[in-house]
Amino acid sequence: MEKVNLITSRTVVLPVENVDTDQIIPARFLKATSKIGLGKNLFADWRFDADGKPKADFILNRPEASGAAILVAGDNFGCGSSREHAPWALHDYGFRAVVSTSIADIFRNNALKNGLIPVVVDRAVHEKLLAAPDAIVTISVEDQTLTLADGTRTSFPIDPFARFCLLNGVDELEFLLAQEPAIAAFEKSRAG
Amino acid sequence: MKPRTMFQKIWEAHLVRPASADTPAILYVDLHLIHEVTSPQAFTWLREKNLKVRRPERTVATMDHSTPTTPRGRDGKIQVLDNAAALQIAALEKNCADFGIELHALGSDGQGIVHVIGPELGLTQPGAIIVCGDSHTSTHGAFGALAFGIGTSEVSHVLATQSLLQQPPKTLAVTIEGTLRPGVTAKDVILAVVARLGIGGGNGHVIEYRGSAIRALSMEERMTVCNMSIEAGARAGMIAPDETTFAYLEGRPRAPKGAAWDKAVAAWRSLPSDPGAAFDREEKFDADKLEPMITYGTNPGMGISIGGPIPAPSNATAEKALAYMGLTGEKKLLGHKIDVVFIGSCTNSRLSDLRAAAGIFKGRKVAEGVRVLVVPGSQAIKKAAEAEGLDRVFREAGADWREAGCSMCIAMNGDQLKPGQYAVSTSNRNFEGRQGAGGRTFLASPVTAAASAITGRITDAREMV
Ligand code: SF4
Repeated sequence: MEKVNLITSRTVVLPVENVDTDQIIPARFLKATSKIGLGKNLFADWRFDADGKPKADFILNRPEASGAAILVAGDNFGCGSSREHAPWALHDYGFRAVVSTSIADIFRNNALKNGLIPVVVDRAVHEKLLAAPDAIVTISVEDQTLTLADGTRTSFPIDPFARFCLLNGVDELEFLLAQEPAIAAFEKSRAG
Repeated sequence: MKPRTMFQKIWEAHLVRPASADTPAILYVDLHLIHEVTSPQAFTWLREKNLKVRRPERTVATMDHSTPTTPRGRDGKIQVLDNAAALQIAALEKNCADFGIELHALGSDGQGIVHVIGPELGLTQPGAIIVCGDSHTSTHGAFGALAFGIGTSEVSHVLATQSLLQQPPKTLAVTIEGTLRPGVTAKDVILAVVARLGIGGGNGHVIEYRGSAIRALSMEERMTVCNMSIEAGARAGMIAPDETTFAYLEGRPRAPKGAAWDKAVAAWRSLPSDPGAAFDREEKFDADKLEPMITYGTNPGMGISIGGPIPAPSNATAEKALAYMGLTGEKKLLGHKIDVVFIGSCTNSRLSDLRAAAGIFKGRKVAEGVRVLVVPGSQAIKKAAEAEGLDRVFREAGADWREAGCSMCIAMNGDQLKPGQYAVSTSNRNFEGRQGAGGRTFLASPVTAAASAITGRITDAREMV
């Protein structure tokens, strides 16, 4: 896994609550057997009309959204299906962090394993971010902070182990494989 | 010893290593279920890293999401016409063959929706930790198992190590006392729970459903309840095992037999939460007050009792939902015209669901212009339903009787809504486009769905008996 620490970028604001993973990547795009290239179908039904033409009013189709790596969304982002295709699609598109007042459990877990940082902030900071689309924001995994251009800094929670893995580029599977003796001992104790 | 919840007992019995300040707990997984959509990448990583599946006998595979449900050809085989789906199905076949994993392949007797076949085969057992790359794994909690959905990275973790890294969740007791009134089903119970908690209200929690109304439910009804725990954001929902559980499991192909059965049941009896065990949170419901429920919006938490008005939108998200649904706040849903009815999915595709729907269809005809799909959850259910003639009841009423699978619940297998169509669906998600781009879903029970199929409008089934 790539190491991740500092992310500085303009924000894209999607002020919708309960964005579910079916919106992030509709099911018809889940027939892939690889995780590469899903970004082109990110938010497909919000981004494109029935003929596949970009909808001009959707935020990701606006020029100011191009190149932004931080998505600010409404409450309870990533609810619904456990499809890891959702963080794969966001990451493939270019996002490196999602900021909300709350983020659904399975999505958060999946995101952390793919270098996409789930950042939960309080309502006041969230309001500020919603009110200022295109703001330049810096996220530090090491310090667990989100800093606005005006210097306002807020901290966000992150599981210490996930943080360690992100900062050091450690794959959780490698860590689990190294636990083999403990797993074998557990299996033995149960067999007895 | 301090009183413990059922969740705590199961969690503690599976700790390879407890959580520390720096690392999450390592949990041992008893049963890993896989399907074609969320597993291919995990096998690719295993191959890249030259890893084996640690305990192939603890993983069981089926095909359900991208498989067609259209009737078999003359050769008795199910045709897969979609290339991408065919590739995905072939990938699962190869992965299972290469890594020595039991597969219930398309059209075989054991095939069906992953959350339907686990219990049916007796693989789902009390006290177990069960995972699957699928959020409705919560279904298996109906047996007093700790069962939750995982992502594809975690699927690779379980394949390679039979273990998972997990932070302990909080516990939420949902207590439902009293007696359900006639016409109120398990689906209505869970839609009411999700409506109260809200779509994110259970985030971070494992739900234990308790109380006399829950005790009175059959196993199939309990599965319907636990299935939709994730629709409130809770990764797992569980119900303490009891005589109903044991009676369902006894004699199933993979349930323990003979002396092993007696030993297992004795152990399972110690699973229920101890009296006085503390939950982090509790929500209470009065079963006698529950009504048949239906959703009006674009997430499963947007539910109302079937006769009630649609709530006036309180913010931009609610307005967006009503605009998508083409509905107006403060109006009633009852009587709203529909185009499609879907009876199926891991929520409501079991024999009792089909019987309930057939009870309404019998001797009646589907309204003109309404398309009705009845999709059994598994090949075994299909057979059982046909043995008692339910297929004929559906066909004579004008409904389509299909092969087993996820079908229109997820619309990635050819079964889907057209843009703008309205469907009453017994599945679990009414997200925008879930049943086909532009499609609009009302979630409800099998009897509400069947009654609505007959009238072509949203109908309270209690008016039909
Ligand atoms: S029936 Fe629907 S919810 Fe259930 S496993 Fe299949 S796609 Fe998922």
